[in-house]
Amino acid sequence: MENNNLLELRGIYKSFPGVKALQNVDFFLKKGEIHALMGENGAGKSTLIKVLTGVYTKDDGEISLDGQEVVIRSPQDAQHAGISTVYQEITLCPNLSVAENIYIGRSDEIYQNWRKMNEGAEKMLKSLDIPAKATQQLGSCSIAVQQMVAIARAVDMDCKVLILDEPTSSLDDQEVQKLFGLMRELKKRGVGIIFVTHFLDQVYEVCDKITVLRDGKLVGEYEIKDLPRVQLVSKMLGKELDDLSDIHTQENQSVVDDGSAPVFEAEGLASTEGIRPFDFNIRKGEVNGFTGLLGSGRSECVRAIFGADRVISGTVKKDGKTVKIHKPIDAMKNGIGYLPEDRKVDGIIGDLSVRDNIILALQVMKGFFKPFTKAEANDFADEYIKALSIKTASADTPIKSLSGGNQQKCILARWLLTHPDYLILDEPTRGIDVGTKVDIQKLVLKLASEGMSITFISSETDEMLRTCSRLIVMRDRKVVGELKGEDLTQNKIMNTIAGGEGQ
Amino acid sequence: MSTISTKPKSQGGFAGKLLKNQIFIPIAAMLLLLLFNLIVDPSFFKITMGLNSDGNPVLSGYLITILNNGSELAILAIGMTLVTAASGGQDISVGAAIAIAGSTLLRVLCGTNTRPDVLRTPVFVAFIVCCLVAMAFGAFNGALVAIFKIQPMVATLILYTAGRSIAAWINNNELPIISDPKFAYYGGFIPGIPVPTPFFIAVACVIVITLVLKFTNLGLYTQAVGINESSSRLNGLNPIFIKWLTFVVLGLCVAVAALIKVSRLSSINYSVIAKDIEMDAILAVALGGNALGGGKFNMAASIIGAFVIQMLTTTLFKFNVPSDALPAYKAVVVIVLVVISAPVFRDTMSGLAKKLGAAKNKGVA
Repeated sequence: MENNNLLELRGIYKSFPGVKALQNVDFFLKKGEIHALMGENGAGKSTLIKVLTGVYTKDDGEISLDGQEVVIRSPQDAQHAGISTVYQEITLCPNLSVAENIYIGRSDEIYQNWRKMNEGAEKMLKSLDIPAKATQQLGSCSIAVQQMVAIARAVDMDCKVLILDEPTSSLDDQEVQKLFGLMRELKKRGVGIIFVTHFLDQVYEVCDKITVLRDGKLVGEYEIKDLPRVQLVSKMLGKELDDLSDIHTQENQSVVDDGSAPVFEAEGLASTEGIRPFDFNIRKGEVNGFTGLLGSGRSECVRAIFGADRVISGTVKKDGKTVKIHKPIDAMKNGIGYLPEDRKVDGIIGDLSVRDNIILALQVMKGFFKPFTKAEANDFADEYIKALSIKTASADTPIKSLSGGNQQKCILARWLLTHPDYLILDEPTRGIDVGTKVDIQKLVLKLASEGMSITFISSETDEMLRTCSRLIVMRDRKVVGELKGEDLTQNKIMNTIAGGEGQ
Repeated sequence: MSTISTKPKSQGGFAGKLLKNQIFIPIAAMLLLLLFNLIVDPSFFKITMGLNSDGNPVLSGYLITILNNGSELAILAIGMTLVTAASGGQDISVGAAIAIAGSTLLRVLCGTNTRPDVLRTPVFVAFIVCCLVAMAFGAFNGALVAIFKIQPMVATLILYTAGRSIAAWINNNELPIISDPKFAYYGGFIPGIPVPTPFFIAVACVIVITLVLKFTNLGLYTQAVGINESSSRLNGLNPIFIKWLTFVVLGLCVAVAALIKVSRLSSINYSVIAKDIEMDAILAVALGGNALGGGKFNMAASIIGAFVIQMLTTTLFKFNVPSDALPAYKAVVVIVLVVISAPVFRDTMSGLAKKLGAAKNKGVA
């Protein structure tokens, strides 16, 4: 057999208590190939990557690199073998400098030539066009820049195989293009790239091949030109998809202004996070959203509404009555729920069980001296695990061992359980598979039709166009426009964001 | 290449479940110590009924000593567990705080006369004052940790350093002695009851904390704050208050421990009372399998851990280890216990066991 595969994985098995994460999975990567690894949450993508990089040890199977079988027991082994990874979440040290992060753990020498290190880092940052200084503390960079530094680190390690696990989820379009440029350059040099992402567009833009996983099993390997988008989605879901357009058919009726007081109304609201004072209101059953580029202040706005940041000015009315919201509990008591942008940092309580995570917000509202009984808590958890089809071994499983999408569903369950009048969802679909994305969007529309008011934020404009009937556009931490009805088009949004100056 | 479909076995039944349970760690350690004593010198288990110097019937024996002396430790372990869970650090000032609380207790009981014939205030009242003072110092530590975000060990280092001089200063550096025999009941025996009183106090404290954990959300809140502070805040909790509260609760535990300690002597020695007890309390928490970095905790495991630590001390005493050398011996045993209870070690062991099992299966296939 002709064999020019750079990397071969054959018959990989891996199971965790109660879950068969990988069953007989094969994966082949050629030199100079960008290969997309696709699948829903819990399909086994992350597990496969972690087996390949030595974070997990495989139960069975064979890994070979350049035709020779390799044993990978730790991330160091993987690194030495020439396999580098950039994970979805930043895995660098925020308290060290950029240069230190690029070179940490790679020198075999006892002495470190700091000047040489900084110069090398500076040169590399320049060549990759990364807007950071070598001596800058990494934590002071934006998430996007941190991500790029992580890639720079991997690139600099002369890797044969580069794994990019959701690298683009926190990058804006320009940064994504820069990254793609980098990927193509590496491809020319013969590096094999495994690209894990949820963005279908991006797959079709840069990849050569696609391998699809579902429920821990291999579905197949396809040339990109042989697999139209719709088929890819249906292969990932394991069923013929009645397409996202399903949602489209549901009319985004604008909520009629019937003269009643808005569910929530804010005037001149501003927080310590540096957003300009803004006005905002939402009516019963309405879905609206904040849109804008990364860092435009959309998250800061909703955080101010929920009292998550310190509010410094403005008045707030709930159902027409003036209320004071200084901290999250005030907002919760006024029937407001908030699903935060960063699931890992602000959402989940990792070591606690799925059950405790689901009941937490309602429990806090109920009070310190009134804990739910075990039976009550179990009922709540079981109800929502079923309703949102959360994939978990049991309600007792620590939430951190769930896949990202299922963690997000738990947080969603947490807020639905409090039966809010007004629910804020900040990037609920980030890093989540297509199926769950559709589920969440449908759920948003269903909740709204039942009378809940929802603010929906997403980096993907088409998601917002599908769900929102009104969009508040932000630029540079300032509200610059509001779009509704016929104005809700991609072009119009772009123009408003650009301020009409950009073409 | 053979592809054997390795089915994931369900977690090895009852034994596996027991092994996974956190409480298994301190119990295993306890059984190990008991076994050691049984083999080397079974007189360890002897309990005799005799009369003490006042002519009251009392039980004596090593096991009774453990129950008796382990009581303060168990009480402190309760507070220390909560502090550890919420703040992810430990309070190293509890020994010094016991000196302060004990000194306060004596000061209120004796007034300015260091050798009173009758107590100036009822013990009950003095104890309340002692509680308030201990909780105030707990609140001080808590404020440093929760509000000013100082690392707990560093924050409590202040009181650790200053505490014993404050204690001495409260009684003008005099050593009050209480002659009222009734005051000795708390740390000794109540006439007619052969079981040492501290054990009853410890049991009462355990019951109280069990009820508190059952009927309030103290457990859920402290764990949530300890695991993810930012997320807890967005769920309406006040992490600062909860962290602070755990230090105040520890203060209350300190006051109870101080009552027992002072009652044992009917006096106080500022530089020696409850010396190094903070280390034993922290060890109890660690031995209970609780992460010293905060988060999830198991109160029962900590409490059992406290008695295991005391059992270790008593065992060493029994084998005539000189008290100067005691910490060194203790350290060795503690290293072994803590390593065994470390998740890394247990994972490796269970992995090893799995591999052995898998090898066997393959042999069969």
